Amino acid sequence: MLKIRNLHAKIEGKEILRGIDLDVKAGEIHAIMGPNGSGKSTLASVLAGNEAFEVVEGSVEFNGKDLLDLSPEDRAREGFFLSFQYPVEIPGVSMTNFMRTALNEQKKYRGEAPLSASDFLKLMRDRKQLVDIDSDLTNRSVNEGFSGGEKKKNEIFQMAMLDPKLAILDETDSGLDIDALRIVANGVNKLRRPDNATILITHYQRLLDHIVPDFVHVLYKGKIVKSAGKELAYELEKNGYDWIKKEME
Amino acid sequence: MQLSEHDIALQRLFAENRELIEKDAAPEVNAAREGAMEAFSKLGIPSSKVEAYKYTNLQAWFKAGYTQAYGLNGATSEALKQFECNVHELDSYTLFTVNGKFVAGSNVEALPDGVEAGSFAELSKKHPELLKRYYGSLAKVEEDGFVALNTLFATDGIFIYVPKGKVVEKPIQVVNVLTGEQDLMVNQRNLIVVEEQAQARVLFCDHTMSMSRFVVNTVTEGHVAESAMLDFYNLQNQHNGTVQVGAYHFDQETRSLLNANYFTLHTGVARNNIFSRLGGPHAENHISGLYVIDKNQHVDNFSFINHAVPDCESNELFKGVMDDASTGAFTGRIFVAPDAQRTNAYQSNNNLLLTENAKMNTRPQLEIYADDVKCSHGATVGQLDEHAMFYLRARGISKEEANILLMYAFAYEVIEKIQVPALKEQIRELVEKRFRGELDKCDSCVVCGQLGTGRVKSE
Repeated sequence: MLKIRNLHAKIEGKEILRGIDLDVKAGEIHAIMGPNGSGKSTLASVLAGNEAFEVVEGSVEFNGKDLLDLSPEDRAREGFFLSFQYPVEIPGVSMTNFMRTALNEQKKYRGEAPLSASDFLKLMRDRKQLVDIDSDLTNRSVNEGFSGGEKKKNEIFQMAMLDPKLAILDETDSGLDIDALRIVANGVNKLRRPDNATILITHYQRLLDHIVPDFVHVLYKGKIVKSAGKELAYELEKNGYDWIKKEME
Repeated sequence: MQLSEHDIALQRLFAENRELIEKDAAPEVNAAREGAMEAFSKLGIPSSKVEAYKYTNLQAWFKAGYTQAYGLNGATSEALKQFECNVHELDSYTLFTVNGKFVAGSNVEALPDGVEAGSFAELSKKHPELLKRYYGSLAKVEEDGFVALNTLFATDGIFIYVPKGKVVEKPIQVVNVLTGEQDLMVNQRNLIVVEEQAQARVLFCDHTMSMSRFVVNTVTEGHVAESAMLDFYNLQNQHNGTVQVGAYHFDQETRSLLNANYFTLHTGVARNNIFSRLGGPHAENHISGLYVIDKNQHVDNFSFINHAVPDCESNELFKGVMDDASTGAFTGRIFVAPDAQRTNAYQSNNNLLLTENAKMNTRPQLEIYADDVKCSHGATVGQLDEHAMFYLRARGISKEEANILLMYAFAYEVIEKIQVPALKEQIRELVEKRFRGELDKCDSCVVCGQLGTGRVKSE
């Protein structure tokens, strides 16, 4: 589904990603871990098409398409989803209007008819239940005045609405209390299917108690320096990142 | 001050046509022309050297050479048939003016007992006591050349009188239409009187229906008596060849409430002069505006909130979305008199500039002579938020659609101030259409945005 080869990217002249290689297949869950500043969030931003970052080398293939060649909106329409580390507050744009516009634009891209108002509301209700979020959140402006936990739950709700093929969750677990973490994890687990895939970017093992990854990768200084099964996460939790840093030097 | 040749030509025009102008006007209206003449001979049409008009030079537009509206007998109802273009239905009492002259609308006979809404020319003769008391009491000829010009040439417009204790629930909608084959100058005069404990909602919709150049100078005086309420809306949707100076002078007594909202969705050059005097304790007002302009359009909102007595509150919010090479100005003067303690006065002006060529001048001016007051003001000029833009696009929303969503999001705070739910919904739609560039796609006219005129009787 996703093939990243030798990806280099920089921001303001500084190279952050220095040759990433990663393969994600349908049905898999990958976790990308690593110390602060290793380039985890940069990778997520580059894949989503954030223009603040410049790709200097490498390729990314997403379902046979050159992902880097697509606009951010077309990446989303192709089934790519980023759960933002810092979801943006947009006062004046209602959640309902936001989701309806997004969903219908995606449908239009795929040549499908837009959802009727009643079908849309039905889908909203259904997805809210699935990810277990308060209906109050969808009556408000996008993320406006939401707590940190509410914002993250809202990202998972959007993911449930848009039903992407590949979702990257960028530190969706950071700053969550245990209840919110459980809601987020349940959402991801319920949405998991053999034909979609998830990449979890995280700092801690904690989320991985709830969502069990097939692969764990360690990102350090802009490169994936270690890949293994879920046991790697436990090792990192126990021993920190220092041993990896030492290994590298 | 030296008068310009146009000023002198306007004076001559008045002298030559005085008989025609005064023929059907109330004696008080004619009497006021004496003072107006004298004031105009001192002020003339203000140039941009006059501080208040620094960012909007109107001198070049106000020429005696235009056909003058007072010489026309309005327009036939034939012309009004075009109104059916995308008309929304708003449950209201509807009145029309065509080129500044009153034309009967619909439904007005159903107004509550004693409430008057109709022709200024006619009703000013019917209510000399109101005219004596109020006419020219707020819009003073010696303070502004445009008020002087209007008072010189005024013949007709709208007169609304809501007697003590009467509540007019449905909005009184006034559709001001400019039309005809000739370039035209219009001096329309309106008077609104809301007596003690009375309530009214008044909506002025300003439209153009032909492509001629229109130079408009309107003066509206509004009195809101003790414990009364006036909700006032002005929706401006005129073509690029329109130059309009609109003066709105309000006076509020004890515990009265005024909401005044100005929506400039399309225009050529628009200048709003908004004056509000809080003259009795615990009076409160909310004055807001939204201007959405592009190409070479220019909008200048000039406001003066006068806290004359203690314990009043004023809230002012103006927002603008400016595209292409449009230009704008905002001046917000708040005056707090020496004894006006415990005043609360808030003001903000926020602007969204979509191009590098759009230009905005904003001037908050606070003049405070009391020491126990809460006043705040803020002005911003900025661009669309890139982070929000990326967030929307990352969900599959196109750049164009994300732009519209964000522009609307910027504007919504002003739209939220509309007190009539049906009207709020219609203006919301209009603003969205405006952002989509669909507002002027209906025939060659720009009346698409026309609200709830109902059907015009054509007999």
